[in-house]
Amino acid sequence: MHTTLLLDMVADAAPDRLALGRLADGVSFEEVRARARGGAAWLGDLGGDTVAFLGLNGPALAVAVFASGLIGKPFTPLNYRLPDADLNKLLARTAPSVAIVDQDMIGRLQPAAGVTVVSRGDFEAACLDEANRSRELPEVDPDIGVLLFTSGTTGEPKAAVLRHRNLTSYVISTVEFLGSEEDEAALVSVPAYHIAGISAVLTGVYGGRRTVHLPAFTPEIWVDEAAAEKVTHAMVVPTMLGRILDVLEQRGEYLPCLRALSYGGGRMPQPVIERALRVLPHVDFVNAYGLTETSSTIAVLGPDDHREAIASTEEHVRRRLGSVGRPLPVLEVEIRGPDGESLGPGQSGEIYVRGEQVSGEYLHKKAVQDDGWFATNDGGWMDDDGYLYVEGRLDDVIVRGGENISPGEIEDVLREHPQVADVAVLGLPDNEWGERVAAAVVAKNGAPSADDLGAWVKARLRSTKTPEVWEFRDALPYNETGKLLRRQLKVEMSAPRQSAAV
Amino acid sequence: MELKPGSRWKSAVCDTEVVVVRAVKEPAELQCGGHAMVPHNGEKPAGVAISPEFSAGTQPGKRFADEVSGLEILATKGGAGSLSIDGRAIGAKEAKKLPASD
Repeated sequence: MHTTLLLDMVADAAPDRLALGRLADGVSFEEVRARARGGAAWLGDLGGDTVAFLGLNGPALAVAVFASGLIGKPFTPLNYRLPDADLNKLLARTAPSVAIVDQDMIGRLQPAAGVTVVSRGDFEAACLDEANRSRELPEVDPDIGVLLFTSGTTGEPKAAVLRHRNLTSYVISTVEFLGSEEDEAALVSVPAYHIAGISAVLTGVYGGRRTVHLPAFTPEIWVDEAAAEKVTHAMVVPTMLGRILDVLEQRGEYLPCLRALSYGGGRMPQPVIERALRVLPHVDFVNAYGLTETSSTIAVLGPDDHREAIASTEEHVRRRLGSVGRPLPVLEVEIRGPDGESLGPGQSGEIYVRGEQVSGEYLHKKAVQDDGWFATNDGGWMDDDGYLYVEGRLDDVIVRGGENISPGEIEDVLREHPQVADVAVLGLPDNEWGERVAAAVVAKNGAPSADDLGAWVKARLRSTKTPEVWEFRDALPYNETGKLLRRQLKVEMSAPRQSAAV
Repeated sequence: MELKPGSRWKSAVCDTEVVVVRAVKEPAELQCGGHAMVPHNGEKPAGVAISPEFSAGTQPGKRFADEVSGLEILATKGGAGSLSIDGRAIGAKEAKKLPASD
């Protein structure tokens, strides 16, 4: 099944509903389809095998996703935050291609063989041109819908392949067709090159929900827009949520129209979600866990799970706030040990997933096993009730004297300390142990001592899990989607030490 | 009739259109309004009418699953006829609504 069919269905059934943009001047689903057709006819003339996209999120993104689908070319968004050299390298990898580029980003690009660069303005004009819109499009039977470059935090970015059948399977099995009320609106602030930016386009359309775009995130603008546009739904990454709560409390603004807030893309500190539940009691919170290679969400902690956990005095229910909930019913999830053996509840291993939305595939490299299982490279475990706890990338696991130590567990403990605002735990090279446990701490409420923090961890975990190196910093390095840049931190902390070792 | 995943079919007697989500295990005939559906880009036969037995209608966006053949389809356009496979009515799957996560 083809992603453009999703748009067709909605444009046929609810042509006049607002699809994209503001209440005052948004465009309808019928108009989105007409624009996608116009854009497709124009892009088709320009040749190339893929359509690259370099620009901020906005209505043109949704139109370009469907326009590419209509001419059967994979849609390939690029990360504009990359340094110019890396960006140009990725762009060259899309050849032969047409690249739709924001006007103010064109200057960053070098000419590349087989890449035709067009401005976003020209694309948007072509989408409105009646001569393009009325043209008959050739029948295509495309296979690959989207190519997404992974963030490459552990090496050269890989192009994850998302086929139309993966994407449509995700959409039709998780979203009810036109299931949204007419007054619903989603505020999208994730960038186009993140899987959540792509899945928001598809699920927003299929559910019949209006999408309001925030081209660049600041908490003030987010709150302004959510209030002005009567936003009912939004997805944020953990680092955004804390900053949004600050603005809400400062202003005394509690967004009465907001119904649901989902979060994902990184570990949510428990104090932040607990605060969010207190500040916005009328809002349904959803924690979504997913990967690029799985066409987005594979597990959700739903609104009732959140309310039950926060109200509970039982430890095994309350801790669910730190879980990613239960796997979608259309998927299988397993925890496996180092030899591939299936592990039971409470046992920590690698998270494996199987299902139709799982592509588990990179360009020129299949990463899914013959029986359909995909190894996520995330460590985790499941409790007796089927709640999944993600411990982080297996690459981040610290191996100290043969013992596997998960940074997430230590970070969780430290975040509970009243003088810790943020923390990252990682392994540094050690001649005796292979690796030693190190912590980078952002303090609050005065300056905690390394001894205090060490004692805090030791009392709750055990001595081998107690960081031996402490570094106090003003902030930790995150990328714009809330992923901690562990490798960068590791390099910085491995450099000749300026701060105190314990 | 090759009911491949992703293949699209239209009713011979009404506006209903469907796409195949999961293929059949054995060859089977997909019908709407009591008559075999035709390929999406094919010609509709002349002189056929909806059979009263299959006239309850089809809603767009509904998913249908036939346990006997394993066929799963999604209605992409609604119409006056209802769906069947080899004369056996197929019911809409109860959609389990998930909390919005995107």
